[in-house]
Amino acid sequence: MPKDNQISTGAVAGNTLAKEQPSTSAFKSLFEEVAGISVFTMHFFRELIRPPYEFKEFAKQAYLIGYKTLPLVGITGFIMGLVLTIQSRPTLAEFGAESWIPAMVSVSIVREIGPVITALIFAGKVGSGIGAELASMKVTEQIDAMEVSGINPFNYVVVTRVMAAMLMLPVLVIIADAIGMYGSYVGINIKGDVSFHLYFLQAFEKLEFSDVIPATIKTFLFGLAVGLIGCYKGYNSNKGTEGVGEAANSAVVIGSLCVFIIDMIAVQVTTLIYN
Amino acid sequence: MEDIVAEIKHVKKSFGAKEVLKDISLTINKGENLVIFGKSGTGKSVLIKCLVGLLQPDDGEIILFGKNINDLKDAELNDVRKKIGFLFQSAALYDSMTVRENLEFPLRDLKKSSAEDMDKLVREALQNVGLEEAIDKMPSELSGGMKKRVGLARTLILKPEIILYDEPTTGLDPITSKEISQLILDVQKKYNAAAIIITHDVECARITANRMMVIKEGITAAEGTFKELSNSEDEWVRSFFQ
Repeated sequence: MPKDNQISTGAVAGNTLAKEQPSTSAFKSLFEEVAGISVFTMHFFRELIRPPYEFKEFAKQAYLIGYKTLPLVGITGFIMGLVLTIQSRPTLAEFGAESWIPAMVSVSIVREIGPVITALIFAGKVGSGIGAELASMKVTEQIDAMEVSGINPFNYVVVTRVMAAMLMLPVLVIIADAIGMYGSYVGINIKGDVSFHLYFLQAFEKLEFSDVIPATIKTFLFGLAVGLIGCYKGYNSNKGTEGVGEAANSAVVIGSLCVFIIDMIAVQVTTLIYN
Repeated sequence: MEDIVAEIKHVKKSFGAKEVLKDISLTINKGENLVIFGKSGTGKSVLIKCLVGLLQPDDGEIILFGKNINDLKDAELNDVRKKIGFLFQSAALYDSMTVRENLEFPLRDLKKSSAEDMDKLVREALQNVGLEEAIDKMPSELSGGMKKRVGLARTLILKPEIILYDEPTTGLDPITSKEISQLILDVQKKYNAAAIIITHDVECARITANRMMVIKEGITAAEGTFKELSNSEDEWVRSFFQ
């Protein structure tokens, strides 16, 4: 049967929290948030396997999330590679190791900087966008309208966006990595003269599958986290128009934090596996 | 008894410490327009959201087409919901979709329908609200009254047996309000659907109501026809009509 007792729970929680010490209430709201996200995530996986499958809406979201984010990610990737090269050149030059720049930059970009920076940009653009859009749909009763039409709004709105975020971020990261390496090639050639062929030969020489595969896997998790947090904050927004801004803001903050936490765990797991 | 399409029995609903609905019961018969009156914050919208399953009552029973919705599984509830239309206060049009897509959206489950059939249904629903020319417009291009009409067309497209109107004339000028009220009456005649109309608009109530109910502090304060309530001995009830 019907669900929804959020307003009631929120109001009770609000009254209780007001009487408690600030540190206690902060812990309580942290645990409530973690519990809320966990329940939302379980709901997502349950709905993911349950038909109907909204392929058309998924394709639309993949286009909006992936294609529309590409220019921003591309520019960021280029600057990332260029700056990394320019900044590391003097230090490496002191040791006469300038020829290591392509390998160092490629490993840095592919293993860490590319996925993390792209995921942060993604959280800022896509996470906030999803949070604001869903909160706005909630405020204007569009989600309720879907529900009373007999259509599962979670399946239509949340599952499609989270899946699109999860599958588009790895693609964006691969593109950002490639553009970042091109930025590095441009950076090298500001003060040097290295051919395109030689640069990429040196860059890929030190890259191994153990660099690429874990980095790619974690980008799926970054995308999943950003999509889920954005949807969770938007879908559970209940403070009217004020809630729209709040949902967008907290989607970025929590989404970015999750990216770092997942990265930290992924690095530990990768080290354990490959060492 | 056969004519009763929806029944609410002793429904209670609180939000935290605030008791919004204390004990509300009502029945609605096929083809009847029931207008619910009351001050803001007395739980009128909460009542119809409970009726359609958007909110779960703390206590009491809601029976739709003879089925207690507390006993229904999600899929069964969705089937029941398809027989109910809900016109939201804000019209709740999907703002990323055109008017046509908005109207096609509830028809998604009618997989056997061809594109021509869908187009015919959409145009027919828009004709009923006098807005066929807006078919390819985006909701942002429509006025408040047009949005309400499109919202009503979307509600009518599944030919519901019960229509719930949440403040259908709020925010509209008197002329458009009257047009919407007349439209509600036309829909009643054409579809023979039962309707619950939540409103503060006396003119809307006068035009549309077969029966009225006034809610005060979460309980039913008065019930009767428009004429009976407007001449009520209770000054508080009468004050709504002045």
